[in-house]
Amino acid sequence: MSTVNHTQEPLLRIAKRDGISRPSAYAIRIVAVVLSLVVSGIFIFAVTKLNPVEVYKAIFDGAFGTSRRSWVTIRDTMMLLCIGVGLAPAFKMKFWNIGAEGQVLIGGVITAGFMRAFGGSVSTPVLLVIMAVASLLAGCVWGVIPAAFKAKWGTNETLFTLMMNYVAIQITSYCVALWENPIGSNTVGVINQQTKAGWFPAVFGQAYGLNVILVLALTVGMFIYLKYSKQGYEISVVGDSQNTARYAGISVKKVTVRTMAISGAICGLAGFIAVAGASHTISTSTAGGRGFTAIIVAWLAQFNTFVMILISLLLVFLQKGAIQIASQFNLNDYASNIITGIILFFILGSEFFINYRVILRGKKEGEVK
Amino acid sequence: MTSAQVIQLLQSAVCFGTVIMFGAIGEILTEKSGNLNLGVPGIMYLGGIAGLAASFFYEFNNPAPNKVVCLLLSFIAAFLASALGGLLYSFLTITLRANQNVTGLTLTIFGGGVANFFGGSLNTMAGGVGQISVAATSSIYRANINNVTDLGVVGKLFLSYGFMVYLAIVVAIVMAWFLNRTRTGLNLRAVGENPATADAAGINVTRYKYLATCIGAGISGMGGLYYTMDYIKGTWANDGTIESLGWLAVALVIFATWRSVNAIWGSYLFGLLFWVYLIIPGLGRKDIELFKMLPYLVTIMVLIAISLRKKRENQPPASLGLPYFREER
Repeated sequence: MSTVNHTQEPLLRIAKRDGISRPSAYAIRIVAVVLSLVVSGIFIFAVTKLNPVEVYKAIFDGAFGTSRRSWVTIRDTMMLLCIGVGLAPAFKMKFWNIGAEGQVLIGGVITAGFMRAFGGSVSTPVLLVIMAVASLLAGCVWGVIPAAFKAKWGTNETLFTLMMNYVAIQITSYCVALWENPIGSNTVGVINQQTKAGWFPAVFGQAYGLNVILVLALTVGMFIYLKYSKQGYEISVVGDSQNTARYAGISVKKVTVRTMAISGAICGLAGFIAVAGASHTISTSTAGGRGFTAIIVAWLAQFNTFVMILISLLLVFLQKGAIQIASQFNLNDYASNIITGIILFFILGSEFFINYRVILRGKKEGEVK
Repeated sequence: MTSAQVIQLLQSAVCFGTVIMFGAIGEILTEKSGNLNLGVPGIMYLGGIAGLAASFFYEFNNPAPNKVVCLLLSFIAAFLASALGGLLYSFLTITLRANQNVTGLTLTIFGGGVANFFGGSLNTMAGGVGQISVAATSSIYRANINNVTDLGVVGKLFLSYGFMVYLAIVVAIVMAWFLNRTRTGLNLRAVGENPATADAAGINVTRYKYLATCIGAGISGMGGLYYTMDYIKGTWANDGTIESLGWLAVALVIFATWRSVNAIWGSYLFGLLFWVYLIIPGLGRKDIELFKMLPYLVTIMVLIAISLRKKRENQPPASLGLPYFREER
């Protein structure tokens, strides 16, 4: 028996697909998302004993139930999208920027610092410009440090950027303790609550209108930059093969540092939007793990910034919904992280079926589509 | 600065170090197979909550819990839950060939979600002040010889810890022996350095990667177990400490240059750097935050130093983070 088994072809074989049509690729992804929603539904059912359909009603209610909730959902989607857009060029270059969390925080800290210092003396439009520039620069510095070491000595960027997160977190903790208000609360409190100096003005009557405009402009801009500009082309060549890039006369070092400067700067700007446009305060949870979630958003969208809008919306929608369910059933908010994890696992796994096909024993090559 | 303060500092450093030492040793095993698992914080979360939940339900339903059962239940639950986390990571990255970094980060989000969700729920279930406590189990983890003997300073410095502190050192030494002195360890390193060559030599790359990642995850999860049972004395807090310790464990792997014996003193050094503010007089609360940055800054220095010196024996496994597809050679 055993000898027969050895000569037999394995039950399943894997072969790489030459290419897959866009509709079937999306069909596979949609199946993955639906499956993940089913599994999340089972999880929520097991915990709450609520009818799964009711669960998804509650999720929808949590995300879009009232106009205020809808705007919070949109605001948080824009936040996640902004970081994802910032990460896109770095990841397209295959530079593992795990440091978005820190870049966002350092941008946020600078913004909060300027908001506190100049809130009374400079008019809001001027202050907004100053804060935006400062946050861009801060994020830029935070991104360029690891990039420069990577370019010069090949220092591992994954771990370097990861450590930079914690340096930024400790700086934020320091500033929170420094700016504590009221004393003893261990929070900064809402900055300029009375004067609203340095806050985003309402646009079209919407408090978060400017967030949407800024982030969507960045999304379109980044799409064009990556797809149609010379620099965008250089990024994709470096990402595909550094040797090809060198052969073509592209300076890999220059592209690495320049791209990370852009990437860090946009993440820094996301910190500005989070502080001046949303929370009007600063804490170590201002980035709130979005720096890590955005990495997954950027990766799954394959650096297409428009696809990122959909993925960000899906994730934030489910997070808001999970928070709603949690408060209805007296559970805690972390349910949303579990659901996010489940969905991402499924989407990550589905990429396999887009790139490979599984062939059953006995079938010939080409028989399976 | 009194001698009592110094002893307290050293004790804190050892306890702190043990949490990240487990995390780092597990990750060293995983990385030696070429898998860069950024899910360590999530895995430590899983280990911590599984051990806590297992002993909680046992103590909750038994008014007079048997200590041996407490110990075994929490230990096995923690190891299995963390190894399952490793299995999930392995299945996605090795079989389904998903990207390692992205999968690891997702595992961190997922593990943190699971642990904080159930940890918070356990706190609610425990009733009372809303704080779970597994006194019986925790007391076994914290039992130490220093209470029965009295050896003064020596006893305080070397004998005042729970058994997992010593277990971590033993695991680190066994790991070094396994990786450097056994055939299986040699094969595993070959897989991490050059999987194609290992494959050609008849080593089952997939099996090695799976086993190393799952067992490595199980060991990492022990860090979470030690944290919940000993470090915070059998309770739970949704404060994200395990996550930051998990990332420090990843940092420690680099600091130890992928040698588990270095992780022993490295972890205590990290602990010392983290707690050094205890003995510096006159520090405000905000200054303490700056001091807590030290372990991360030191890791960055080490990272730069090893990339500058380019000594061959200090480099990460050559195929670290890279996927291996036999048909894409």
